[in-house]
This record gives sequence, C-alpha cells and structure tokens, in this order.
Amino acid sequence: MNIFKLSIKNIFNKPLSSSISLALLVLGVGIISLLLQLNTLIKDQMDNNLRGIDMVVGAKGSPLQLILSSVYHIDSPTGNISLAEAETISNNRMVGSSIKILYGDNYKGFRIVGAEKKFIELYKGVIKEGKDWDNPYEVLVGSKVYEKLKINLGDELISSHGLRETGQSHDEGTFKVVGLLKPSNSVIDQLIITSPQSVWDIHETHDHDEHENENEHEHEHEHEHEHDNREITAMLIKFKSPMNIIQFPRQINENTNLQAAVPSYEISRLFKLFGFGIETLSYLAYLIIIVSGFSLFINLFNSMRERKYEMALIRTLGASRFQLSTMIIFESLVLTISGFILGLLFSRFGVMFVSSLMEESINYNLNSLKILNEEYWLLGLSVLIGVVSSLIPAIQVYKMNISKILADA
Amino acid sequence: MLKTKEVEFNYDNQMFFKFQNIDLNSNENLLIIGESGVGKTTLMHLLAGLLKSNSGSIKLFDKELNQMSSYQLDSFRKNNIGIVFQRPHFVNSLTVKENLQLAQYIANKNDNTRIESILKNLNIFEKSNKKTNQLSQGEKQRVSIALAIVNSPKLILADEPTSSLDDNNCSKVIKLLKKQATDFGAQLIVITHDSRLKKHFKKSIEL
Repeated sequence: MNIFKLSIKNIFNKPLSSSISLALLVLGVGIISLLLQLNTLIKDQMDNNLRGIDMVVGAKGSPLQLILSSVYHIDSPTGNISLAEAETISNNRMVGSSIKILYGDNYKGFRIVGAEKKFIELYKGVIKEGKDWDNPYEVLVGSKVYEKLKINLGDELISSHGLRETGQSHDEGTFKVVGLLKPSNSVIDQLIITSPQSVWDIHETHDHDEHENENEHEHEHEHEHEHDNREITAMLIKFKSPMNIIQFPRQINENTNLQAAVPSYEISRLFKLFGFGIETLSYLAYLIIIVSGFSLFINLFNSMRERKYEMALIRTLGASRFQLSTMIIFESLVLTISGFILGLLFSRFGVMFVSSLMEESINYNLNSLKILNEEYWLLGLSVLIGVVSSLIPAIQVYKMNISKILADA
Repeated sequence: MLKTKEVEFNYDNQMFFKFQNIDLNSNENLLIIGESGVGKTTLMHLLAGLLKSNSGSIKLFDKELNQMSSYQLDSFRKNNIGIVFQRPHFVNSLTVKENLQLAQYIANKNDNTRIESILKNLNIFEKSNKKTNQLSQGEKQRVSIALAIVNSPKLILADEPTSSLDDNNCSKVIKLLKKQATDFGAQLIVITHDSRLKKHFKKSIEL
C-alpha cells in the first residue's frame, strides 16, 4: 500500500464521477489529437506527392481543380490542351523538365493515365514483376490497384470511358498488364499507367466508331490532320531556376489560352480554406478540456468533504499534510494522464476510420501512428489541468484542522 | 512517562480550559473521566499532538510536545501513539487489510504477519478483505482498535470507546482494549464520561 495505490483505489471507489471527468477529457484530447493527426497526415501526403512539381499547365478553369486532378488524381480534369501548344511551352528555356499526362479511361474506378516514362521516375516507381511497356495498350499497374482488384501479370483489362466506373466501355480498349509496381507511397500506387500513344489510339478508334457512318472523304481528311489534333490533359513542369515560378505562370495565363497553376500555392490556399474549420473545431475541443478540468475540480472538492474524516484519520495515523495533498494531486493526475492516453487511442482509431473512408472514396490512404510534437503539448496541457484542478482541494486538505473535524464527529 | 503541567487551552478566546496536572508512570493505565464540556476531547487532542496548548508543558516519553513542529508531531504520533475514536473512521475505498497496510505504510512499515496476528487476536481475520462499510458496528470498533495498535504504539489513546454501548458490550470492549494493550506492550489512556469504566482502572483522574 502506498499513496499512489490509495489514489487509484479512491478513483475506483467513485466510478461514476471519475468516469464523467475522464470521458470529457478523452473527448477533448481525442478531438484535438485527431485533427492534428489528420491535418499532418494529409499535408504529408500532399507534400509527398508534390515531388518538386513547380507548375502544372492545363486547360483554363479552376487552378485548384487542375492541381487536384493532375497532381493528386482526385478531381476531374479541367479539359484538354493541344499537344502542339504544350510542346511550345516545354521548349521554353525556363523549363527544366516536363511530363505530359493524358486521361481518358478508367478501369473499375481506377484511372488509366497515359504518361511519358519520366512520370514513373518522378514518383520513384520500381517494377516488382514484369517489365516496362514497349507497345501501345501495355500497362503498368500501381500497388493498390492490383491488391484491391486482384490483378495479375498478363491480365487483360477492359477500360471504360471517363474517370468513373459507370462510363461507356470500349470494346477495343483492352489493355494488357505487363508490369506491377512496388508500393511507393505516392499517387502512382492508385494509378494504371500506360504510354500516351495508347490513350491517343483508343480515343481515335472511339472517334472512328462514331464517325463510321459518315462519308469516307471526311474520314480520310480527319486522318490527315491526326498529328495536329492530338491532345493531352496536362503537363507537369519543373523549372530550371526557382525564380521562374513568379514570372512564367503569369506569362502563360496572360498570353495563351492555357492555364498555369502552381501546386504549392494552391495547396496552401486549400489548407487555409479548411484550416478555418479545423481551428473552430479545436477551440471547441479546448473548451471541452477546460470543462473536464472544472468537472474534475468539483469531483475532488466534493469528495474532500465526504472524505474529511478519512483524511483526518490518515493524518492521525501520522501522515503529513504534504502526503495527503500529494494524494489529492495524484488522484487528479492519474485521471488526466489516463484521459490523455485514452484520448490518443481514440484519435488513432479515428484516423484508421477516416483513412478507410478515404480509401473507399478517393483511393487515398493515411497510415502513420507516430506521436506528434503537438501531442506532447497536449500531454503537458492534461498534466496542467490535473494540477490546477486539484490545487484548491489539495490546499484545503493541507490547511485542514484535524482536531476540529474529529471533535465534530 | 506522561507528565503535564499547567496546561491551558482556549478556542478563539471563547472557551477556556485549564487542565489539572497528570503524572503517569510507565506500565500504568489511566482513566480520565469528566462531564461533557469540560474539555475531554481537547485534552485528548493535546496529548495526541493534534492540538498545541497555549501554555504549560506536556512531556510524553521524555519529549516536550509543545516544542515540536507540526511535522515533528506527525512523525512522533506515527511512532508512538495509537488512537481509538469514539466513532470509528476508515478509508472507505480500502478493505480492512488495506486500511491496516496503509497505516503501516505511513509509519514506513510493512509487516503482513503482524496484520494477520492482530486481526486473528481481535477475531476479525475472516473480514480481512471486506470493505469497511460492510462491517457491523462491533466489527468496526474492533477494526479501529486494530488500526490503533498496528504500528506497535507505546501509548493507546481511546476517546469515549464505550459511550454508546450497553453494559455487557461496554465491559467487553474495555477488557478487549486492556488485553490488546497488554498483549502488544502498550499503555492505555481512556478518556470518557462513562463512569462504568471506573472499576476497570486502578488509576483515574477527574476533570
């Protein structure tokens, strides 16, 4: 038996009032920690997928949409741009490197991206099984795609038009799986990647089908201009010098009918937008923590009154004032620290839940259970709440007049 | 062993007590008897070091209580004095055994065999693992005696141990207290208004 054990016994002796304070604290700490975790995980995931892309060029529209679609592959593209125009930009002396990407089809909800091979290098994709594509209609499959859809090497995938599962399916759009990629913890995990030529070809046949009943001459004509009409969805660009990021996007936006968007800028804008919501919610959570402190204080204060004879007894047994006050503070700290620990557990389950939701809807996966620096601050806050709420009861016990209490008995 | 001289005490200048001198030798028990309001409880608290007198001297085991700090008094109490209260008090979240372990912990002791032998001696060993609020009145009184003697005090102070008991139980309890004191080598001072106890003590003073 010691003071610490006694504190724990006292807590369990009043399970109801102890658990109310505990529940409030778990809720407060849990919400804040969940927000911190999600914020950090999403930010990490976003930064991780940025891979030094300085600028994205695509069709006019919302710059955020352009970034979300062509860097994060979670929104619809703004439209297509002509290959010729894109080439002009990629030949500009300010451009260090550029990667053209094309959309068009999906396979069971996973996007099929036509891209230059540099695209896979950008995300450090490594082939686990099979080989790179050599011919049109050959694809590399990202790890989450083959894990979820149980795709094996050599399988044939019949794609659907558009980026959603419900699109019209091409009979001719049959892709052959020639390679599986290792998990890279980046966007390519959830993509099916092929050569740009495949995407151009498939949509050409597609156009071909639609025009089948029209006259031969027009058809011939279309073929002649085939080269000029080729389009891409977006182009990812790295600059030679970081200085160009200020001038070049503006030039494109003002002088061409293309749109240039800077990912780092758009993403910080996005975080500012939903940062407001996060801030409001965390104020609420801090309020809950403060209320839990009050509830703790009231509990301790009441239990001091109920237990005054008990306290007097412990003093007459020879315990010092200091030991008794320590016991009260211990009781409070045991509750707040276990509240903190349960709160962290709560937030981890929350992260797992949100992560599974996100994986269902946008194929994003958040996985990291490390303790953040801000969570150490939360621990500090919990300890502070524990000490502050027990301070007045502890001082009361310290100043208690045992003789008077015993004489009144 | 106990020597008091001209001890005076007043509560907030309202109630004033002046106590007669006490001189008790080692191996003697003492009965202090007095009507309500003569300051019996006050005297007991003074002897236990729970209160400090305004003037006079209380010498217990050759130590002058009035010269000790509050911390020294706590320490003196846990090493030398066991107290039996009129109404038994316990730590309610603990079992009988744990209450005794707590008392030992406070006095920096840890001796489960002693706890067992005390509980057996008082005939409440089978209640060891019961919470104190599950005990009957008689059992509670015996546990409070156990709490008073668990740290082998040299002096047991008992405040009105028999006031609410009938004759039969009164005589049982006082015999039990005396027996425990003798068994564990302690002296006993009983403070009461209960004149039935006179016949059990050779030495008594009246306040």
